Amino acid sequence: MRYAYYPGCSLEATGRPYEESVAAVAKALGIELVELEDWNCCGATAYMSINEVLSFSLSARNLCQAKKIGDTLVTACSACYTNLRKTEAYLADFPEIKGKVDTALAEAGLRYDGGVTTKHFLQTVVQDVGLDRIKSLVKHPLTGLRVAPYYGCQIARPYGIEDDADNPTMMDKLLTAIGATPTYYPLKTMCCGGSLMGIRKEVALRLCRNLLLCAQQYDAQCIVVTCPLCQMNLDAFQSSVNKTYGTNFNLPILYFTQLMGVSFGLDSKGLGLNDCIVPATGVTAKYA
Amino acid sequence: MNGVEQQTVIYEKAMDLNFLDEIYHIPGGEKIKDCIQCGTCSGSCPVSWAMEETPRQIFAMIRAGMRDKVLNSITIWTCASCYQCMHRCPQEIKITDIMYMLKRMAIRENRQRSKNAAALSRAFFEIVNKKGRNHETSLMAKVVLGTNPLGGISLAPVGIGLFTHHRLPMFGKSIRDIKGLQKIVAKAKEIGGE
Repeated sequence: MRYAYYPGCSLEATGRPYEESVAAVAKALGIELVELEDWNCCGATAYMSINEVLSFSLSARNLCQAKKIGDTLVTACSACYTNLRKTEAYLADFPEIKGKVDTALAEAGLRYDGGVTTKHFLQTVVQDVGLDRIKSLVKHPLTGLRVAPYYGCQIARPYGIEDDADNPTMMDKLLTAIGATPTYYPLKTMCCGGSLMGIRKEVALRLCRNLLLCAQQYDAQCIVVTCPLCQMNLDAFQSSVNKTYGTNFNLPILYFTQLMGVSFGLDSKGLGLNDCIVPATGVTAKYA
Repeated sequence: MNGVEQQTVIYEKAMDLNFLDEIYHIPGGEKIKDCIQCGTCSGSCPVSWAMEETPRQIFAMIRAGMRDKVLNSITIWTCASCYQCMHRCPQEIKITDIMYMLKRMAIRENRQRSKNAAALSRAFFEIVNKKGRNHETSLMAKVVLGTNPLGGISLAPVGIGLFTHHRLPMFGKSIRDIKGLQKIVAKAKEIGGE
């Protein structure tokens, strides 16, 4: 299996453990991820607040790079995923936007006329590789590990991952396949606040507190995520939540790829397990 | 007045009847006329409790032409772009995208409440336009120094935590064809109509 791969900026910094664990898991599953040549930032939510055409043009440039490699582009960041999918949809639905993006791209001698489908790495793993193959690779089943499956918002909607937008189960099934127990987690697609952490911090902290509280109420030992921004808000700001609300949360926030790697018996260094701010090795060590 | 408080009346001359046209202008924006004021958006919004006006109210205000009040509302800066309202809207109105439009208008007009968000967006824009990629370390430093240097002290432990876990590299990567990207950006800004 060979795919064009778009890491996105977060995976070079705050989401580095995600990048490492995606690479390790892909290798174990026999997925070849070919990184886009000279890729640029997707614009995140900030560019959409400055200029819509600009935001679409940035993603269209990446889609041009993807097309050189193949017709499926894989990304592990939910925000990048949404921007790429949204760009596809707007270019197809609104000729006026398409015309403007064409004009902008032409400045660099590029043109994008569709033909690339963007997938989240969670889809690649569950839909393309399949749960049977994943089960066959499990060396240390995560028996007894209670995990809150947190999908976050942008993977579920508005350009969802071919799953129920209100109650996705793709990751629940994956967790079961590697031996873990997904807990009931009614806030599984509720927002973590995203970049609100930099704009209205008190609002974002409350959203994170609700997510942590909900996981705790159903006895989860950790929360598993699909997005570097969700991970950072819940992990790096967990102590801020505790300070603000007088709580005592101590919940590791792991990427689904990290838990897959643990169950496959991959080297923990290559999974970035030591780089969670809330120490994660307490829950993963017994399976390593 | 029988216990009923006098409400502030907004006179018609204070209304901007072109406001609705501006919203119609964005792709899919004309669907705002289909809003039935059901409140599904406000009920679905995870942050409506932190808003001054709920999304449903904002939509009624847009249609009434209350341009100033809408663009000065903290509501548009409270929207986290989680798309829950847009996903559930029975009239298929692109609510989140209209919120983005309102954000762009407020930033463009330098509205007071847009200061923090504008600082974040502009800092982000400057970094990406220079390097082609976002460098989160620079972004955090710029936002803290640009908006609230003293308040930034409370963020220090978060930054140190990320740094010691090798998640805030000192230097960002730059793309090779930054000149080409800058040309795209310049053109998109020129024709973007913002």
